[in-house]
Amino acid sequence: MSRRRASIKEVRGEVALFRRRALAGFFLLLLGLIAVCSRYVYLQVFHHDEFATRSEQNRVKPRSIPPARGLIYDRNGVLLADNVPAFRLEVTPEQVANMDDMLQKLGAVVPISDDDIVTFKKQVKLGRRFEGIPLKLKLTEDEIGRFAVNRWRFPGVDVVPYLTRRYPLGAALAHVIGYVSRIDVDDLDNMDDDEEASYKGTTHIGRIGIEKSYEKLLHGEPGYELVEVNADGRTQAVLDTTPPTPGKNIYLSIDVRLQKAALDAMAGRSGAAIAIDPRNGQVLAFASVPDFDPNLFVNGISSVDYKNLMTAPDKPLYNRALRGVYPPGSTVKPFLALGGLTMGIRRPSDTVLSTGEFCIPGQSRCYRDDVRGGNGTVNMVRAIELSTNTYFYRLALDMGIDRLAHWMGSLGFGSKTGIDLTGEVEGVLPSREWKAKHSKAGWYPGETIISGIGQGYWAVTPIQLAHAVATFAGHGVPYAPHLLMDTQDGVDAARVPQSFPPTGPSVIRKPQDWDTVNEGMIAVINSGAGTGKKLGIGFPFVIAGKSGTAERFSRKSDAYDTNKNTAYLATRHRALFIAYTPAEDPKIAVAVVLEAGAWGAADSGPIARKILDQWVVDSGGARPTALPPGPITLSDAPAEAAPPSASSVQGVQPAAPSSSELPPDDNGEDQ
Amino acid sequence: MFANFSVRLKRFGMRLLTRPRLDLPLLLALFLLACAGLATLYSAGNANLSLVGGQAARFVLGAVLLVVISRIPPPVLRSWTPWLYMGSTALLVVVAALGEGRGAYRWLDLGFMRFQPSELLKLTMPMMVAWYLHPRQLPPGWKDIIVVGLMIAVPAALIAEQPDLGTALLVAAAGAFALFLSGMAWWRIGLLVGGAGGAIPVAWQFLHEYQRNRVRTLLDPESDPLGNGWHIIQSKIAVGSGGVFGKGWQHGTQSRLEFLPEHTTDFIFAVFSEEFGLVGVITIMLLYAFIIGRCLWIAMNARDTYSRLLAGAIGMSFFVYVAVNGGMVAGILPVVGVPMPLISYGGTSAVSLLTGFGVLMSIHANRKLHD
Repeated sequence: MSRRRASIKEVRGEVALFRRRALAGFFLLLLGLIAVCSRYVYLQVFHHDEFATRSEQNRVKPRSIPPARGLIYDRNGVLLADNVPAFRLEVTPEQVANMDDMLQKLGAVVPISDDDIVTFKKQVKLGRRFEGIPLKLKLTEDEIGRFAVNRWRFPGVDVVPYLTRRYPLGAALAHVIGYVSRIDVDDLDNMDDDEEASYKGTTHIGRIGIEKSYEKLLHGEPGYELVEVNADGRTQAVLDTTPPTPGKNIYLSIDVRLQKAALDAMAGRSGAAIAIDPRNGQVLAFASVPDFDPNLFVNGISSVDYKNLMTAPDKPLYNRALRGVYPPGSTVKPFLALGGLTMGIRRPSDTVLSTGEFCIPGQSRCYRDDVRGGNGTVNMVRAIELSTNTYFYRLALDMGIDRLAHWMGSLGFGSKTGIDLTGEVEGVLPSREWKAKHSKAGWYPGETIISGIGQGYWAVTPIQLAHAVATFAGHGVPYAPHLLMDTQDGVDAARVPQSFPPTGPSVIRKPQDWDTVNEGMIAVINSGAGTGKKLGIGFPFVIAGKSGTAERFSRKSDAYDTNKNTAYLATRHRALFIAYTPAEDPKIAVAVVLEAGAWGAADSGPIARKILDQWVVDSGGARPTALPPGPITLSDAPAEAAPPSASSVQGVQPAAPSSSELPPDDNGEDQ
Repeated sequence: MFANFSVRLKRFGMRLLTRPRLDLPLLLALFLLACAGLATLYSAGNANLSLVGGQAARFVLGAVLLVVISRIPPPVLRSWTPWLYMGSTALLVVVAALGEGRGAYRWLDLGFMRFQPSELLKLTMPMMVAWYLHPRQLPPGWKDIIVVGLMIAVPAALIAEQPDLGTALLVAAAGAFALFLSGMAWWRIGLLVGGAGGAIPVAWQFLHEYQRNRVRTLLDPESDPLGNGWHIIQSKIAVGSGGVFGKGWQHGTQSRLEFLPEHTTDFIFAVFSEEFGLVGVITIMLLYAFIIGRCLWIAMNARDTYSRLLAGAIGMSFFVYVAVNGGMVAGILPVVGVPMPLISYGGTSAVSLLTGFGVLMSIHANRKLHD
């Protein structure tokens, strides 16, 4: 009842109230609609241009055209890396109803490895369904033929031409040029957006060697075509095309003839041989043995091949010239002598009496000469010629380890040379700082002494040794070794020389200092008593050099090693040799390291000589007469270190860090 | 029997012509809107006729429901109201129970069709509020406001939990508009709105992470151009690139090339804006404004409180669809699942909307003749 009465009573007022409310409500809603409309005005009138552009960008897609990779030549224009047409199988996923079934049937026609399938499936997940995805690269003619016959059975599978990389010289320059291989997801992750954009459509990327360090030059700039895409992003029409800029061609300073001579001379023995032009740091030969065929890697190495390379005992993938570390042995002596002169610690005429044994005054430990009984009284030239340990023990002691380390460091030891290859290692330059980082014990005078003959903690890479000898031969002007000589914008364009200025002023203070050490190194090769005598026979120029023989293993006893069997010694020694010629005005400097050589002069020396012979030929001279057969000399006994008794007294392992003691197994592969 | 039926049919037809129970201007506006919707759908769906046909069939079903419901007098509707409200709320509870631990769950599977009970609330909610306020002294006092508030809050919370923020908003708005139209004092409205504003930080705590992300993305859509921001960015591009006159019917590249997601449902208005430009947008907005205004006019002429409040609330909640969807497409409101009425593809929404207009037609047919 009350409800009814209320509604009757209030009906007129309520209708009026509702009317007001409805009008107010409608007014508010209109305001709301106007607000929404004004947003549309804002977007459609005031920002129309901006959004029209973005809509156009949605519709029109740039599609990249990959650039052709730059070619690589040696200094004389011999082609070292080439692009050759090849064919690959591509699959367009959306046109394949049952992928696994198709792959199985296709595998019966064209053999497809499991590796290929794994890579392919990964790319299918990343790519667009209507874009072709490479399944198998580098089809043989036979495979193309068989597929052509069966093609109708495989909708969505096509044979597509592409350019692949080929290294005509194969293994000979594997450790220099490196190789390219297929770009993978990790590569793309490591790039910033701009870089990633420039690799759109590119299938290969430089992995190691020159291919990697000059990737930017070689890669080039992709071109673009503007394509209109339809509903699914499929191309409808090409609107505009900007052609790609091919990568620059590269001329290396390597001389292939010299490289081959070095490899031939090494004859498969593990080690490295490097030739550098001391006048500018250009690397003329860069051999690391053993090597491998880089062509295997280009289109995806098979797991069998890869396993073989990885498990081979002599580690063919390991770049010994760049990353191998070895005790330099007596090859450091000329550099030390130069230091003595530069610092004013020694005059050329100062003599030392070599008795066969050098003892630190006031201590009982003694360090041996090479020859029982010693070399007698020697001055600097004679000490270099005969590789007299006592002279250099004393010099090192007088110099002190700090000055020794600083001086040797100025010749590039203990740091990267800056060669234009990636993965270079620093080796070990013995110093208090280095030891403090690696051992709790302090520095002992005995360690200074053996550092004077390139033993102890010393560990150098062949490129460091070559760099040091080239720096010396170039009258002390340091150049970072480099392989890049010229670039070229296309096969018909002119070669553009690349300049690499010296990295610093000459390390030599007085020309006479250089002359003295040069004289000693000439004597090594050319005097009757020198450790490298005979190496200069028949050569049109004067060669200067120095041998080094370093022991891989510490001696077990103080006794002289009486086993002179070469094969036996080769298992214990590393044979080193440095040389340059012409001595009066050096134009080529060489460093050779053999991992297993009995004697530096006898085993590495002839390799250096053969490289120099080839250099004479290349420079237009007649081929020098061959070396006389038989061992060069046996007088270059290993520059042996302190006996173990001494070291055990000191309580520090005298052996250099594992890197110089062990075969390269532990040095980390370049893979 | 048959003769009798045909006689009645003939009489019904005569009545329809001589004294139309349907409001023809409103019907015409709805028809125009449906045509615009079908045309846009044809373009947005890449000329997919079965899509358009399906939607047209739903319009026909909605129209039949509209006519049928327009024959039910408001007092009858009013007597059913509590049962309809309680029934639809009970279904929400069932859905919530079924959906336990299943993430978003909104559907009830009846075997032959699936439907969302939350759609029913869009109509039963304003009916219930109108039913409650019908016998009361108006304007309502705090006691009635609190009771109505609870009527709104319970189903709205259940729907928001599903989670379906868009529908919860529409349902709550429909109830709130009925309360507003009942004459609730302005100061009370101000107090409640202020209180709700203060409650926003609290509500933020209860939002799902995906809903928070939607709000965050809305504030800075470009920050996540491939994820959450994609919808908004592409939608703005579609709208903005339409310009004043649009790219022309079937020439909208954003939708045709599928850059625009959900371009037949929630974002269909972006397609419309792209193809017909600002001119088209304003035309459609005028049509919507006319429909809302017409609903309120019908409400003013209704014969009792229940009819007034119900008709007014249905008309005003129509605005919520338009404003929320239009704002979302233009990138000024969060992406919540609110369709553009009669333009977005989707059966439930079209049918429930037309059912609501059926109620309006019934109220119109039973208006007071003279005041």
